[in-house]
Amino acid sequence: MAEPMLENDQPLLVADALGKSYGRIAACRDVSFALYPGEVLAIVGESGSGKSTLLQLLSGQLAASSGCVSYRMRDGVTRDLATLGEAERRFLFRTDWGYVHQDPAQGLRMAVSAGANVGERLMAVGWNHYGRIRDTASNWLERVEIDVARIDDAPRTYSGGMRQRLQIARNLVTEPRLVFMDEPTGGLDVSVQARLLDLLRNLVAELHLAVIIVTHDLAVARLLSHRVMVMKGGRVIETGLTDQVLDDPREPYTQLLVSSILPP
Amino acid sequence: MNAPAYNFAYLDEQTKRMIRRAILKAIAIPGYQVPFASREMPMPYGWGTGGVQVTAAILGPDDVLKVIDQGSDDTTNAISIRKFFAKTAGVATTTATENATVIQTRHRIPETALGPNQVLVYQVPIPEPLRFLEPRETETRRMHALAEYGLMHVKLYEDIARFGHIATAYAYPVKVNGRYVMDPSPTPKFDNPKMDNCPALQLFGAGREKRIYAIPPYTQVVSLDFEDHPFEPYRFNAPCALCGAENSYLDEIVTDDKGGRMFVCSDTDFCEERQTAGHHGSLSAAPYKEKAHG
Repeated sequence: MAEPMLENDQPLLVADALGKSYGRIAACRDVSFALYPGEVLAIVGESGSGKSTLLQLLSGQLAASSGCVSYRMRDGVTRDLATLGEAERRFLFRTDWGYVHQDPAQGLRMAVSAGANVGERLMAVGWNHYGRIRDTASNWLERVEIDVARIDDAPRTYSGGMRQRLQIARNLVTEPRLVFMDEPTGGLDVSVQARLLDLLRNLVAELHLAVIIVTHDLAVARLLSHRVMVMKGGRVIETGLTDQVLDDPREPYTQLLVSSILPP
Repeated sequence: MNAPAYNFAYLDEQTKRMIRRAILKAIAIPGYQVPFASREMPMPYGWGTGGVQVTAAILGPDDVLKVIDQGSDDTTNAISIRKFFAKTAGVATTTATENATVIQTRHRIPETALGPNQVLVYQVPIPEPLRFLEPRETETRRMHALAEYGLMHVKLYEDIARFGHIATAYAYPVKVNGRYVMDPSPTPKFDNPKMDNCPALQLFGAGREKRIYAIPPYTQVVSLDFEDHPFEPYRFNAPCALCGAENSYLDEIVTDDKGGRMFVCSDTDFCEERQTAGHHGSLSAAPYKEKAHG
């Protein structure tokens, strides 16, 4: 039994004393943590607390001023993201990683059909059979609860909730192990949010995904995540299991965050 | 006082050197778009300013020039460019494909097979095959550099999803020498197979976009496709109405307002040679050899 567990015993992604400063302004300081396969980590905090900067550092889109991020690749070798070539990083980004933007228009090609949006990653890794690409795409549309009859419609004809679900399908089609999400429920109305969260929770469990989700909505963190990191002024001020942090916040700022949620 | 107002073949020698350097680089990296300092030419963009500059840079006094526009030797564009070089370079011109050493073309490859002593110069409006899917030039360059061509298949996928087959009929993307994806300029996809392993040097000039690219002789050129939707050249299913050719690319000409139409070879030189050799089609004037103003 010890052998198969070993795979999950090693962290997937490790941030070590990560920092980013713009001149004298430190957007992010001394962030360290380890993320394990299948684990969902929420980064919460108010606007300007450095959440999005941290997400960009972790996903290699921004070069860190200090510290490093290492990732265990599919071949089992853990590598420093800063040492990856551009080709390797982009390949990682469209195979083993997903990135769900707050605004689906940023993550989707709005002018091409939903099927092609989902199929793009497959074609990028060399799939060359139209029938198989289309089957896989319709299968994924089903999984994210989009009517398969709309496979040939462009996402600009979709509602906000559908676009977000399509973006998720587009990211998950190559079976990534790690997905970054930047406010995935932002701008959606409450019932659509609830449906999306429910879908995400099921997919994450089913696919054993590791997720780093940035949100200012503590309800999203509570529903989805196993662990929470609270950020303020570019620093992580509190971290722990989700229910522990949200039910028994230690730091005054976290207490303020938690108490500012309206009671249902 | 008697010095001509312009240099041989219009462009000055330094400009030609610059263009030749770009051409050499393009030949060294088949299918790669080489930027060059495109000049203003005495003609509007879209009329072949890129092709004219390439032709001017490679033309020598002994060359024989042929210019075609959509396969035709006698359209305004073809005649103007032919006259331009007859006047500025004093080179011999021809309409016969096999006699030409340099052929400047807009949107066709001649039907007559090209030989190793010939150069085909294409006029290119938009050199970037990924342009309509990815508007950012920085991004398309990166995609070429990293050979990330999944997006090209997205376009073909869209065609099949919408029309049931690959409906792209011209400017059909090709992969050159197993590396760069290239836009063959708006030639019909019927001409794509002629690019593969062609003995002639093929040069592409885009004047407004300031790019030159090339296919060296005997280079592999593969049209992109899907396993279950392979590339197929398209041709109207009819013989030429004037020369009866069954294997040439045809233009469709509407002849009246009652749905009447005729199909004729788009390559006028090919069609005329066949007619001279005695071939004729359903609409040939009889006797076709006699000329009205003979």
